[in-house]
Amino acid sequence: MLQPLILPQAEILVPNVLEGVCAGFPSPADDYLDDPIDLGALLVANRPATFLFTVDGWSMRDAGIFHGDILVIDRSLEPRDGDVVVAAVDGERSVKRLHLSGGRPRLAFENAEFPSYRIPELSEVAVFGVVTWTLHRMRGAAGGRR
Amino acid sequence: MSGQRSLALVDANAFYASCERALDPSLEKRPVIVLSNNDGCAIARSKEAKALGIRMGDPWFKIRDLCRREGVAALSSNYALYGDMSRRINEIYRGMAPSVETYSIDESFLDLTGVPVFDGDRTGYGRAIRERVLRWTGIPTCVGIAPTKTLAKLANAIAKDDPALAGVCDLGDPEERGRRLDAVKLESVWGVGAATALGLRRMGLDTAGDLARMDARQARQAFSVVLERTVLELRGVACIPFEEKAPPRQNIAVTRSFGKPVHTLAHMLEAVATHAARGAEKLRQQGLATPRVRVLMETARHGKGLQRAVSGTCVLADPSDDTLDICAAARAAATELWRDGYAYAKAGILLEGLIPREAIPATLFPKRERTGSTNLMAALDAVNGRFGRGSLQLASEGIEKPWKARFGMLSGLGTTDVGVLPLVRAGDGSGWRLFEVAPSPGGHGAAAEPVPTPDAGLWITPPAPECQADLRPSGASAADRDLFSHASRDD
Repeated sequence: MLQPLILPQAEILVPNVLEGVCAGFPSPADDYLDDPIDLGALLVANRPATFLFTVDGWSMRDAGIFHGDILVIDRSLEPRDGDVVVAAVDGERSVKRLHLSGGRPRLAFENAEFPSYRIPELSEVAVFGVVTWTLHRMRGAAGGRR
Repeated sequence: MSGQRSLALVDANAFYASCERALDPSLEKRPVIVLSNNDGCAIARSKEAKALGIRMGDPWFKIRDLCRREGVAALSSNYALYGDMSRRINEIYRGMAPSVETYSIDESFLDLTGVPVFDGDRTGYGRAIRERVLRWTGIPTCVGIAPTKTLAKLANAIAKDDPALAGVCDLGDPEERGRRLDAVKLESVWGVGAATALGLRRMGLDTAGDLARMDARQARQAFSVVLERTVLELRGVACIPFEEKAPPRQNIAVTRSFGKPVHTLAHMLEAVATHAARGAEKLRQQGLATPRVRVLMETARHGKGLQRAVSGTCVLADPSDDTLDICAAARAAATELWRDGYAYAKAGILLEGLIPREAIPATLFPKRERTGSTNLMAALDAVNGRFGRGSLQLASEGIEKPWKARFGMLSGLGTTDVGVLPLVRAGDGSGWRLFEVAPSPGGHGAAAEPVPTPDAGLWITPPAPECQADLRPSGASAADRDLFSHASRDD
């Protein structure tokens, strides 16, 4: 329960089956076996700074982020133009595309069906972290949990 | 300053409250408090909550109205979250210092002796530590730098109190140190409790500087070896060793308040067996065994009913780390202690005089066969490790456990369970599409002081001195305690 951020290796890896199974000749591949791929290491580049969030809503649909997806967020990265970021807007956390070009920074939706933009009264915004991966379940997707 | 050690004490500000804020931005501007097990009393307060006059340990029923009126966010303690955040910040420290001693859930000593980037700009490096922790995890900290642990603690306290220092205080320079020490009351010194402070005042001492100038031999003769060590440490002579690996525990305590008062022996036995099972699990995690089991039970401290607080010990035939042995002993002791007619509010077990498992003396006629026990316990731990704590338990621990503590106001957020990840909104057409944005990574400004131990150490009949259940000899208010006693804190 305490360490699910780093996925336990044994459960996601393809083990080196050849070694134990072959009773006859040793496998010619033995000397070439690499360590199996560690999904945890792939998804989590910087462990202490990585947080997972669940997406609630459809405003980033056109960026490939769907309701119910899990976002991997790295807080140690400097936000750059075009990054998808999680930002706190007036105390509410929200996922948006960050635009830094054209003088002043902007956050934008990415869903063509959403109403055209307008600028509300000045809100307070702080970038929480940069989204590095989105995990989208393909089979048996529940379509969100709340 | 060559030849001297350079230690940094990094301490998280209002740690539990800061953890809650890190996950929930709506708490950023609000006063936040965290309540002890069972939502009993305030054990962490943000700076804003402190300003409202909420004190450490205030019972919830006394501050509830104030909290409603002032919009204070009051949350049940979420130890899974705090433990994970603590692990994260310690991982950051290990990336910035060659050796790290995790002193408590929110304080760590970093040994920076001979680290070139640190020597180049000491306070700058302290700031870099703070900034990285804040940016990566959202937790605000303060840094105290000095040649000894006692001075590093003091430097940290100074960094917290003096906003001009921007969260970092370096007492490495003897002249600067002298000035600072003369400006700090001696109660602020680590290891100086109320009784010692009173005695020192009678001798005309007032500040940490006075204490540093005290004759060390006199400190020992008039007070204790501990105070002599404190005097030397204040002069920059390191007496308290840096311990990267925690020394083995001498005892393990598991104590809990009940969700509602317990009136029957049956429920008391369930609770005691549950705590004993948890204690046995901790023993095995550390490769230890216990020769005896102490059971404690007490009624509410400020209730109307009859008051009672008792404890009793059951000695095992052989030292053991087996849940069956330890639960049986705990139940026997509890049965012995039980008297009808009281409303018990709290119970606990204490495993004392622990020895390494390998050191269990071999007996000619063991009560139970060791190998069978080892295998059974390994299976028990494996099942619970895989399917969650409590998946496999003894029947005597009870099934419904109506006495269990309440966590009525949990934020419900976490970082360690996919089921409770915080939500991030993706619009739903709430109106806005474009915002001014200032990419500021960090969180809130520096906040209140660290958080003392929750819910422990409240026993009316304290166990033997080496078993004090309150384990942080830290902070100005800590009573005189042996700095080397390592009792366990409950998770």
